[in-house]
Amino acid sequence: MIEDTRRNIMRQVPARRKYTLLAGTLEILGQKLLLLAEILGRTALLVRSTFFWFLKSSLEVRQSFIQCLKIGVQSLPVTAMTSFFTGMVLALQSGMTSRDLFNEPIYVGTVVAFSMVKELGPVLTAIVVAGRAGAAIAAEIGTMRVTEQIDALNTLGTNPIRYLVIPRYIGCFFMLPLLTVFSNFSGVLGGFVVSVVRLNIPSTVYWDDIFTFMENEQFFHGFLKSFVFALTIATVSCYKGLNTRGGAEGVGRSTTSAVVVSMVSILILDYFLTAILVAFGIS
Amino acid sequence: MIEIQDLHKSFNSHAVLKGIDIVVKDGETLSIIGGSGCGKSTFIKCIIRLHQPDRGRIVVDGQDISEVRDEFELAKVRRKFGYLFQESALFDSLSVAENVAFGLKYLTDIPLNRHRRIATEKLALVGLKGVEDLRPSELSGGMKKRVALARAIAAEPEYILYDEPTTGLDPIMSEIINELILDLKKKIGVTGIVVTHDMKSAFRISDRIAMLHEGKFLEVDTPAGIKTTKNPYVRQFVEGLSQGPIQMKLRELD
Repeated sequence: MIEDTRRNIMRQVPARRKYTLLAGTLEILGQKLLLLAEILGRTALLVRSTFFWFLKSSLEVRQSFIQCLKIGVQSLPVTAMTSFFTGMVLALQSGMTSRDLFNEPIYVGTVVAFSMVKELGPVLTAIVVAGRAGAAIAAEIGTMRVTEQIDALNTLGTNPIRYLVIPRYIGCFFMLPLLTVFSNFSGVLGGFVVSVVRLNIPSTVYWDDIFTFMENEQFFHGFLKSFVFALTIATVSCYKGLNTRGGAEGVGRSTTSAVVVSMVSILILDYFLTAILVAFGIS
Repeated sequence: MIEIQDLHKSFNSHAVLKGIDIVVKDGETLSIIGGSGCGKSTFIKCIIRLHQPDRGRIVVDGQDISEVRDEFELAKVRRKFGYLFQESALFDSLSVAENVAFGLKYLTDIPLNRHRRIATEKLALVGLKGVEDLRPSELSGGMKKRVALARAIAAEPEYILYDEPTTGLDPIMSEIINELILDLKKKIGVTGIVVTHDMKSAFRISDRIAMLHEGKFLEVDTPAGIKTTKNPYVRQFVEGLSQGPIQMKLRELD
């Protein structure tokens, strides 16, 4: 459909018109804006019908479990490892910096735990899941689209929103926050290992640095963000999958763009979400 | 009975169907022939409402389905149809038996514990045994087509739409599929609409053949009538001649 819009727009442009630089630039800008508006509109429609079918039809329990397994359980090792090493490097960097400044590493636990719980836990987990599960969602639904399996779903009395999209939303929505919690723990643990083994900080000091300063709000700050990231990944990946055109090449294009768009959206959204949460006093 | 009146469908100002009128009687097999890209698949996709027609009426058993918008209502309409996809379109993530029984869950009230038995029965009907637990990727092209056919007939539809059932199959497998289509008609009495450009198959299985050209039916007749037609367009297609009134585009930009 987007390709068609692009073609229609191109068709309306007379072949040999003389452009001024300004008119040409404006025209290109206009085309891009039109396409963007169409994509946003279609995404909104997808979200709307997902919500509609979620309320109106019975849940595909088995499919939802399968997606929870694929998105959640199978992403656990890689997210845990990523955040473990992130915790380690945070401890090393902050320990070394504070040692240079104050002759001893201080507040390492605080730096590691706050960074992990508020930012790196949710964002890194979302990025890893976007790369792993988001790509899989776009590729699977995209392949189903180009091989007429989506049409087959319709002829067999169900529809892709009900059978494919909702279970993936559920998988992302429930699993990403859980993975974030695991990732927070794993990061703090990574920091702990480096603090104790490399920086020779007594373990009680490390934990004290965390628990003296950390409150529930800090945890919820990151935890709440992960729900929004989950919806972003599900929406972008399902949208890209369902709008795949053009065989194997199209599936490749959808997959790449699902991952890129998810990751960039997560990083951009992160700033605005943080600003909103701070405004509401959840920081 | 399916009555189609003045059916129009276009994609982005490119008109594909330009006013189709036809009546498909109960129990008959109608073949739609025509060149690649002439809108044959679009036509049957409109009937099962995978495409929304722009204009015209599609009356199935007295109900005009062209304007049905509600998804639940559409599911009721689709219950009457089985659809055999050109590339089979089996679900890769499910086993053969789960594929065949897929529609039973949504289209019928048959309890879950009977689904597997029905799948086995339908597979036997298309001549397959012991493949229930295989994955579609483990099947050959002909077997996939047969599984897809078993899936299309699982919920016992009144009408089956076949999208190029013999394309891409060897002559022997094509003949097996032809026999299956004839068999289904005889055993279950289904009404069939077959989209094909395999003339041998069309002559073998059809009660009537309709030639689609430039968005309209040029001629609708019995196989015998089509064989002896005077219409130069139909003659050229049936005999497979490169020279004639139908000028195939050599390049897409022509």
